[in-house]
Amino acid sequence: MRSITTPISDDLVRELKVGEPVLLSGVMVTGRDAAHKWLIETFIKKTREPKDGDLQVYEDLKKLLNGSVIYHCGPVVSGLDTKEYKFVAAGPTTSIREEPYQADVMKHFNVKGVIGKGGMGAKTLKGCQEVPFVYFHAIGGAASYIAQSVQKVLGVYKMEFGVPEAMWGIEVKDFPVVVTMDSHGGSQHAVIDESSKTVLDDLLARPY
Amino acid sequence: MRDLTNDILELIRRTSSSLPKDVEERLRAAVEKEAPGSAARGALETILKNIELSRANSTPICQDTGTPIFYVHYPEVCCSTRKIREQIRAALAEATKRSYMRPNAVDAVYDNNTGDNLGGDDFPYIHFEEVEADKPLVIELMLKGGGCENVGRQYSLPDNNLGAGRDLAGVRKVVLDAVQKAQGQGCAPGILGVAIGGNRGLSYTKSKEVLFDKLGARNADPKLAELEERLTEEANQMGIGPMGFGGQTTVIDTKITGLHRLPASYFVSVSYMCWAYRRRKMTVWEDRVEYD
Repeated sequence: MRSITTPISDDLVRELKVGEPVLLSGVMVTGRDAAHKWLIETFIKKTREPKDGDLQVYEDLKKLLNGSVIYHCGPVVSGLDTKEYKFVAAGPTTSIREEPYQADVMKHFNVKGVIGKGGMGAKTLKGCQEVPFVYFHAIGGAASYIAQSVQKVLGVYKMEFGVPEAMWGIEVKDFPVVVTMDSHGGSQHAVIDESSKTVLDDLLARPY
Repeated sequence: MRDLTNDILELIRRTSSSLPKDVEERLRAAVEKEAPGSAARGALETILKNIELSRANSTPICQDTGTPIFYVHYPEVCCSTRKIREQIRAALAEATKRSYMRPNAVDAVYDNNTGDNLGGDDFPYIHFEEVEADKPLVIELMLKGGGCENVGRQYSLPDNNLGAGRDLAGVRKVVLDAVQKAQGQGCAPGILGVAIGGNRGLSYTKSKEVLFDKLGARNADPKLAELEERLTEEANQMGIGPMGFGGQTTVIDTKITGLHRLPASYFVSVSYMCWAYRRRKMTVWEDRVEYD
């Protein structure tokens, strides 16, 4: 199985194809609904003013995300009182909710991979080809198992979003994923959606 | 009535970290049906490792510890439902501190997370049901994650797009449609809770309530029992598979409940439960608490 450590080069992104299992290591940042909406509105579309400290977060994120990976995850974290953070449970959340934002965020911050579950749609797939980046599918619900691959919590941004929605900088080792959307227009999700629809149409045509 | 806060805390710990055996057995059987080396088989193998690890370490099976849904069956002349509610809420806040639960209650208007899983009067959701005086107090808990909750669907029949009329043939069509639309988003392989009839709210509530039953328990009505089995079998023909990677097992079981409806309405509600089907119950006897 291929092992990849961030930062990831464009050449490596282009090598990855749908169906390939990968073990990911290195630095990545969690981000989900509140984070994507905030990044787009504050720094990309600029429809809202940055608040105190936001510009510093932006500078930090630019460094962390360049060539790296965004993980759609709302973790369970211990050590909140002492700030000795530890990931207790950290499986992927459903990615499709970030469909309006993902490609623009990846392009703006030069992010090379996104990890989530359930796959994403046409806009993101187009972004995969253009930026380029890949979509890595983690195993939904395998939260204790995946948390074990999180070696270290580097820091947390936008804690006011709440623990699940905050952006956590983490260092991981051998995080198991499968490429399900690649930079050549391949999407396992589109394939399964179409083949299952064909079966459904056949089932619906049968008499009760 | 004695204080049950610690016993309820233990119920929450068990529910979040230890998957019921009947679910685990089905997942173990599902592994064998997938081709060696396939992504589907890999997904199920990871799922099984995760189940063992969570149980051994008392860590959440899934980081989305879900909507806590409590069903309290209390014998008449036993308990104060007000006190039970207080104890459930105290136990849930403590469970959140101990990382058995993720802080999951977000104010929908102001967007702030309360941090302790308590939000207004309705988070957690607690349903009280009185039972006969000689029955023990039973508290059931289900944790249902947001990913699978989001792929639930409600249909109002007739549905012209699907050619679904107001009968069991129509019910079959819309349930299969819900499975196809869910793809792997609800963390397949899933379990379907289906309610036929009721008003919109009741229909959804009952489609979740059936999920408290054991896997394989069939509806007493043979017509519905047959449809339950048929839906599971036909859903699996679609080949969506674990995590939507493609594969043999998309749905593990289907549970249907039939309600009464108004002449004008015919709702079919489908609640999709992810593979991390967390449900447990505690029975309070005079001298001990039993966990199932």
